[in-house]
Amino acid sequence: MKNWSIRQFLLLLALVSVVVLLAACGQGNNNGNELEATNNAVNSSNAEKEHNNEAIKAKDPVKLLNVSYDPTRELYVEFNEAFAKHWKETANQEVTIEQSHGGSGKQGRAVIDGLEADVVTLALGYDIDAIVDAGLIEEDWQSQFELNSSPYTSTIVFLVRKGNPKNILDWNDLIKEGVEVITPNPKTSGGARWNYLAAWGYALQHNNNDEEAAKQYVAELFKHVPVLDTGARGSTTTFVEREIGDVLLAWENEAYLSINELGPDKFDIVYPSLSILAEPPVAIVDKVVDKRSTREVAEAYLQFLYTDEGQTIAGENYYRPTNPAIAEQFSDQFPKLELLQIDEDFGGWKAAQEKHFADGGLFDQIYSPGS
Amino acid sequence: MSKRSIIPGFRLSMGISLFYLSILVLIPLSIIFIKSFELNAAQFWSTVVNPRVLASYRVSFVTALSAALINTVFGLIVAWVLVRYQFPGKKLIDALVDIPFALPTAVAGIALTALYAKNGWIGSLLEPLGIKVAYSPLGIIVALTFIGIPFVVRTVQPVIEDLEKDMEEAAVMLGAYRLRTFFQVILPTLYPALLTGFTLAFARGIGEYGSVVFISGNMPLVTEISPLLIMTKLEQYDYAGATAIAAVMLIVSFVLLLLINVLQWTMNRRMTANS
Repeated sequence: MKNWSIRQFLLLLALVSVVVLLAACGQGNNNGNELEATNNAVNSSNAEKEHNNEAIKAKDPVKLLNVSYDPTRELYVEFNEAFAKHWKETANQEVTIEQSHGGSGKQGRAVIDGLEADVVTLALGYDIDAIVDAGLIEEDWQSQFELNSSPYTSTIVFLVRKGNPKNILDWNDLIKEGVEVITPNPKTSGGARWNYLAAWGYALQHNNNDEEAAKQYVAELFKHVPVLDTGARGSTTTFVEREIGDVLLAWENEAYLSINELGPDKFDIVYPSLSILAEPPVAIVDKVVDKRSTREVAEAYLQFLYTDEGQTIAGENYYRPTNPAIAEQFSDQFPKLELLQIDEDFGGWKAAQEKHFADGGLFDQIYSPGS
Repeated sequence: MSKRSIIPGFRLSMGISLFYLSILVLIPLSIIFIKSFELNAAQFWSTVVNPRVLASYRVSFVTALSAALINTVFGLIVAWVLVRYQFPGKKLIDALVDIPFALPTAVAGIALTALYAKNGWIGSLLEPLGIKVAYSPLGIIVALTFIGIPFVVRTVQPVIEDLEKDMEEAAVMLGAYRLRTFFQVILPTLYPALLTGFTLAFARGIGEYGSVVFISGNMPLVTEISPLLIMTKLEQYDYAGATAIAAVMLIVSFVLLLLINVLQWTMNRRMTANS
């Protein structure tokens, strides 16, 4: 009996210590290092920690992690190479940049949960604001870099099948009988929120700012959506590979990529009469760069996006450069069109998010039974 | 405690089991409930009975149930064939059954979608008949059936191996013919194993996410599964809402599994009583 109770006691002790340990790990989800292991982008955290403190002065090779959203893969592959070369020349230091891509919201959450990103380049300011709320980024991030920390812009266009058989020219053609529209779910995809807001803005403009009419238009539009993927790349696959739908609402760069990769004989790009100015923002994750002493190189990295070289790379990857001189060089590629602005036309991301995409918001109302 | 077990090592093995289950199952699950307590009762309730969430429970449970039923029937046939007949390539087919265990579910989802989409090999044949598999609830059932096959086959197979042929011969000699032998002699001895296989496949189907999101089309109210809604909530930084839905799924699944287990106990008892 005595023997038993000792063993029982030891067991209890072990259990309690595990519980305490777990609770300690769970305290605030910012230090959840266990999450790192699950992310394939981070496989070198130990090596990084070693030259935590003496990194810069010794000019040891340095690593950056750029956590970005879905369609920027190709852009950052090219840009990282250019920046590594630039940094070697100016600061005489090797820099390797690792990239992680996924839906913008998912990526934001990964950073909050402990993915050690030095910089984030996401689809929406809203996702960066969420990281601010978690205390990892300073409040004033949007004034840290020029132009609201948005070095390049993009917009939403229509990708249609070659020859545009359904004759889709503008937003009102999307709700014609028999037209199937492919867009991802605005609740999970940053790009889809831009799609949705552009549609909303168009409907408002064409109905004398009557919100009820805009609501009807958007509800009708989503009735024409047969598949609601969770991310922009998923939708592109559905439209391009599975050949579902007549029109894909896509990022301009994503539309160009589809055409380039599959040959111009399969798709056409249609510019609607009105679209939206998407400003994918960039930010430094202050907590991480301070911990890893990578602020200098991280700042230089994002700053490099604004240089002529960075802007040209953006343009070559079908992002609209913000530098007017560089934009001029790409003027054939990017037709001018009327663009809604998130701050002026929708009162900023927080307001738009609350009104349209929050639980119980306008988007949820579209998908309630009986509507 | 008054009576010692004949087999030694009870305390140690029981201790290890409790510890193991605690750190791997009980504590992680309790975190779900603790997190969901961040919501007050009204918020919790409005989250879990939201029409879209209710529809997703229905989609999840109905498709998982259908897939498990299909697997119970066809899994039994596969297991039967693998045990009772000799044919070339038998080993290969036997090994094939385990593939769904090993394959990353996302790969399965993408492969099935490519196959069943309207321009895929099978989808293009079904399209003219007006049958839509990918991007419909049917597609979810296909994916979940794929995921669940090994559960039924692998639980039923050893039981069939143990079946004595004498019993069937006796049944036939007593005048029962094929159908009757099957339904009244063979099947009753397989019920417990079939039920276990069914339960495992069903439980796996309820929680499956990776393969389903590719093939389902994710349309709210129609093909949106509960695990996807949980992911959606997470991506909106709504941890409490996500865990609320998770908690409900957990409770419902637990009750269902418990019921099935109780059914199995009574069935076992009846069987041992009969023999």
